[in-house]
Amino acid sequence: MHELINKFCVYLSYPFVRYAFVVGILVALCSSLLGVTLVLKRFSFIGDGLSHVAFGAVSVATVLGISDNMFLVLPVTIICAVLLLKCGNNAKVKGDAAIAMVSVGALGVGYLIMNIFSSSSNLNGDVCTTLFGSASIMTLTADKVRLCIILSVIVVGFFFVFYHKLFSITFDENFAKATGINVNAYNLMLAVVIAVIVVLAMNLVGSLLVSALIVFPALSSMSIFRSFKSVTVFSVIISVTCTSIGIIIAILASTPVGPTIVAIDLAGYLICRVAGVIVRR
Amino acid sequence: MSQLIFENISIGYEGKAVAENISFSVGQGDYLCILGANGSGKSTLIKTILRLQEPLKGSFESCDGFNFGEIGYLPQQMEMQRDFPASVQEIIMSGFLNRSRFLPFYKRSEKQKAEQIMNTLEIFELRKSLYRNLSGGQKQRVLLARAMCAAVGMILLDEPASGLDSRASSEMYESISRINRDGTTVIMVTHDHAVAMKYASHILCVGKKVGFYTKEEYCGRVVKNNIFDKGENDNA
Ligand SMILES: Nc1ncnc2c1ncn2[C@@H]1O[C@H](COP(=O)(O)OP(=O)(O)O)[C@@H](O)[C@H]1O
Ligand SMILES: [Mg+2]
Repeated sequence: MHELINKFCVYLSYPFVRYAFVVGILVALCSSLLGVTLVLKRFSFIGDGLSHVAFGAVSVATVLGISDNMFLVLPVTIICAVLLLKCGNNAKVKGDAAIAMVSVGALGVGYLIMNIFSSSSNLNGDVCTTLFGSASIMTLTADKVRLCIILSVIVVGFFFVFYHKLFSITFDENFAKATGINVNAYNLMLAVVIAVIVVLAMNLVGSLLVSALIVFPALSSMSIFRSFKSVTVFSVIISVTCTSIGIIIAILASTPVGPTIVAIDLAGYLICRVAGVIVRR
Repeated sequence: MSQLIFENISIGYEGKAVAENISFSVGQGDYLCILGANGSGKSTLIKTILRLQEPLKGSFESCDGFNFGEIGYLPQQMEMQRDFPASVQEIIMSGFLNRSRFLPFYKRSEKQKAEQIMNTLEIFELRKSLYRNLSGGQKQRVLLARAMCAAVGMILLDEPASGLDSRASSEMYESISRINRDGTTVIMVTHDHAVAMKYASHILCVGKKVGFYTKEEYCGRVVKNNIFDKGENDNA
């Protein structure tokens, strides 16, 4: 045990490990803050679809040789988020079908582009990294960390300023609309924020596992707590805790970061379910 | 001074009218009761007034004193997800959000007002409870409290007494009447003629026979034509 702690302290002296922790905790915070709203609004599917879109965008950025792919990935994802939201509102095109179409399309075309144009000798490794985030969090640059901090501040600020309005449009959209809240504007902002969270979270766990960060903490918390506020607060606590534990285990046991975090989140969810059943008794 | 003027407006869904040629006007401080058989389009009319849907024909004006930031609304039914975690207090306070402002917290005066409304509706003890575990009548009172928090200028109520026992519903009508006396315009859908007769200043009938009357006119018609019986027959 002592040995493990020593090993961990040595690791902490490397800047890239500290970066990983900073980004990990910020991503866990942002994704869980809005996770409750997204799950309850049935928007979590959009998050899943968007993560695939982001994968496609990363592929294109890789092929074009854009070194800082965030500047392509973020705008593309935001635009898709807005489009998907519009589809969801349009009764004629089924929202979930549209999302499935976009997400599978982006995934397929993304891989195809990478396969045809990539000059990398380790294509499968690259793809795997983008999908599961295997090692990417250990290769964060200081610039990326800075961008991550800025985006997180925006997301957290958005949440605090509009917390009550988000509750209202999530709980009863018709009442909010009827009493003069501009529901469409808030939904639009929410879509943009989802896109930002997806792109942020992709750095941590890779695009296939992004939904886990949004969905697990919210569901865990909802199985124990009963008010919107307590559910949100606890989902942040559980998300940050699970992510930290996941990163520590990944470092010490040399397991891939993303899947480790998701496994811990799943374990947390199961524990909460059991705790919820006991509390209800 | 009219807050709302309808002139020959048809309402309905996807091009199919459920009620046609509706005309009425509502002034500041009025108490309008909407009567009509099931399916005659009362809820549709309320939603049209709130601009949750467009009228099929014609357009209406909402004028002086009709301000969307000052409207309270009690829907007839609310589709809610089974597992939504929300406490009674959170729901009631959300009624205040319509005043456009960007404070991330509620004001003290708002908390006091909510407390007072909860006390009148006898749900203060429930404020920490989970909404989804309440009984139908309790839920109804919570949503009414939310509507009352939102209502400054006008309140629209769609069958507010549904699910309430007779004592609770008569108390609820009293509290609605109280805010009406304080100057809030009331538009209420009800099936209870006695209530309409007791509180309303105006009555709007929707259905096969559309008509808009002051209460005195309506009483006169009831005596003369025995509209009550006809109304019952329309239902069947
Ligand atoms: N969302 C909807 N889409 C299509 N038709 C509807 C919808 N809601 C209600 N209707 C129809 O409109 C008519 C009037 O409904 P409603 O306004 O709810 O009646 P009520 O007077 O009982 O409140 C009914 O015949 C109903 O079937
Ligand atoms: Mg109705």
